[in-house]
Amino acid sequence: MDFNDTPEEAAFRAEARSWLEANAEPLAPGQRREPPSGVEGRKGLLDRARAWQAKKADAGWACITWPKEFGGRGATAIQNVIWNQEEAKFDVPPNLFSIGQGMLAPTIMAHGTPEQKERYLEKLLRADEIWCQLFSEPAAGSDLAGLRTTAVKDGDDWIVNGQKIWTSGAHYSQRGMMVTRTDPTAKKHAGITYFIVDMDSPGIEIRPIRQINGASDFNEVFFTDVRIPDANRVGAVNDGWRGAITTLMNERATIGSAGGFGAGIQDLLQLARETRWNGRPASEDPAVRQRLADFYVKLKGLEYTGYRTLTALSRGTTPGPENSIGKMVGALLRQEMAAFALELQGPAGVMSDPATAALEGAFQFSYLSAPGLRLAGGTDEILHNIVAERVLGLPGDVRVDKDQAFQEIPTGR
Amino acid sequence: MNFDFSEEQKLLQKTARDYLAEHCPLATARSVLEGGGSHSDELWKGVAEMGWLGAAVPEEYGGAGFGRLELALLAQEVGRALAPIPFGPSVYLVTEALLEYGSDDQRRRLLPRLASGELIGTFAFSEGVGRLDADQVSARFEDGRVNGAKLPVPDVQIAGLALAVVRQGGALRLALVDLSADGVRTEPVDSIDGSRPQGRLVFEDAPAELLGEGGGDEQVLDHLLDRAAVLMAFEQIGGAERALEMTREFTLGRYAFGRPIASFQALKHRMADLYAAIQLATSNAYYGAWALSTGDAELSTAACGARISASDAFDLAGVEMIQMYGGVGYTWEYDCHLFYRRAKALALVLGGAGEWRERLIQRLEA
Repeated sequence: MDFNDTPEEAAFRAEARSWLEANAEPLAPGQRREPPSGVEGRKGLLDRARAWQAKKADAGWACITWPKEFGGRGATAIQNVIWNQEEAKFDVPPNLFSIGQGMLAPTIMAHGTPEQKERYLEKLLRADEIWCQLFSEPAAGSDLAGLRTTAVKDGDDWIVNGQKIWTSGAHYSQRGMMVTRTDPTAKKHAGITYFIVDMDSPGIEIRPIRQINGASDFNEVFFTDVRIPDANRVGAVNDGWRGAITTLMNERATIGSAGGFGAGIQDLLQLARETRWNGRPASEDPAVRQRLADFYVKLKGLEYTGYRTLTALSRGTTPGPENSIGKMVGALLRQEMAAFALELQGPAGVMSDPATAALEGAFQFSYLSAPGLRLAGGTDEILHNIVAERVLGLPGDVRVDKDQAFQEIPTGR
Repeated sequence: MNFDFSEEQKLLQKTARDYLAEHCPLATARSVLEGGGSHSDELWKGVAEMGWLGAAVPEEYGGAGFGRLELALLAQEVGRALAPIPFGPSVYLVTEALLEYGSDDQRRRLLPRLASGELIGTFAFSEGVGRLDADQVSARFEDGRVNGAKLPVPDVQIAGLALAVVRQGGALRLALVDLSADGVRTEPVDSIDGSRPQGRLVFEDAPAELLGEGGGDEQVLDHLLDRAAVLMAFEQIGGAERALEMTREFTLGRYAFGRPIASFQALKHRMADLYAAIQLATSNAYYGAWALSTGDAELSTAACGARISASDAFDLAGVEMIQMYGGVGYTWEYDCHLFYRRAKALALVLGGAGEWRERLIQRLEA
């Protein structure tokens, strides 16, 4: 056991690092990387992110896991990890394009036509065009296949009506990938078709969603008689669920690595030392110490589980199922840590004003953000089902709508 | 990044699993529990012959000359089989203590006998109800003799050597006591896990020697507990994994309301949580094993992480196993209680998870 690179990995790391050193400034001590959200609040962020992406693309350091024929360098998963580790040490803009590059591009590569690959992939790689994912609907979240946005054939076009929701970056994207209902008389997974849509098409209306933490990272997207050419169809008519699965498989790989931003265990330890309880640091209170230790051990367990995953990648093998617990454990843990941090502060725990709140309100923000972490990219409940069914091999849930025509499936209000 | 065991190490583990599957079905633990015996002597001799007792002991002292990574994987299999043998006290504590701190003479005299299984070691720290800390130690060492009483102590009926935590003047000391000598009295004490019996050890002017040269023993004790905690974490994880596997099997075969009960989310989600707890423990234990095998200073916090998460995971596994089996899980006849008992016993024997949480924070502050 060791934590070292293999000679090949070390050589790759050196190569990546030397390019980064020549093209970016290292982060200053204590400086945190910008989080990959909040485009509205930070002027010029999008332009800076695109410029950095283009610079990487010119040098062959963009989307390095993509095959060479599409502009990548055919890098392995471990090389991608190494690249991300090295890039994270530099003061460069966050990648705002991971949905398109990490989830949608693999879907086009797997199911798209030669024309689509030619038309879209290079621009996606350079972030000349930004993409969004139009999957969830008000009545189709965990049960995505329950989607109701319709597409009806009209000559060489499809006419789309309906609503998508939880779409990150819809307002600054040029393209979107969407799943639609094309045959309501078929069973629910069998009547879905997958399309690429131009986001400036007439009939598309985008409204930001205001989240409970005050930020607006997502949108609702309304479609009223939007025309999509049949040439933008990805995969066969009514076979879109296959493409959706490809996208979602890549989503797990993309989102699974998130969660490193915001207030962490070191902040919590610091807060406990600085908060006074009965004239002494709260960190001296036995009950506080028990909770701190518990958080610490679970976070370390997740971190070391990541090492196990990296080891599998380094060996060129598929990571084991332990990889799937990250978000299931981590999101709730973040919420519990934030709640505990607020409790430590007593009545002052209500203050989120950076001018008066402890740690400039970091844990208050974390508390108001945590519920979203537990819902996005697979709710806690869906993740529990996934671990139970795919890892432990337990039976799937009873699906009463499985064999019904979609239009016969009961709907709530 | 190479945060995993090697193929050779995994092969050794597989051999151990196969051996125990054949020689240590759950009926072995049950027979000790039901018969009021001390241990399975046949199994003890078997694992000694396999070289497990001296896995980390250099060949010059009669061991197999492997390292702690190999020992950790063997511990995991011992845990999986709920093996009713004094593996933990004799190997993780006494053998490790001699390897790390014994004098040359002590190593030569004792390690070959421990590695062969002829001599069984036990660890005598606790002196009654209360936390496992140095404050509770009143047993005294003076002029080569010990006086005092230790309770509970594992394996008092069969152990020939105790590593005892004692005081010399005000200082904490670690003493080696020959349990066959005059001045040593033992009596069995009923415990929640009768497959790994406990007892009382009374020293009345019993002859003893200090471990190694003596000195700095408070730190030595901490270090030895850390080492044992990592190895025991693997044993706990082995038990937890087996409990989850059996629970999975049982709930798949048990039908209620026309379905396997394993298809209900009330059970599925809890089994997923148990799986996650076991994975967190495994990852923490790996880190502990790395620190143990390399002698890295991280051991002091890594051991806490391994101990806390493995105790929590096995405890949860034992509790959930009975609950998910339902009524039959509460019967003497089914094996669930063997896991429930062993999980709690292992979670307490080096001090409970709460004590280790406190220890962890102290070390993070240091």
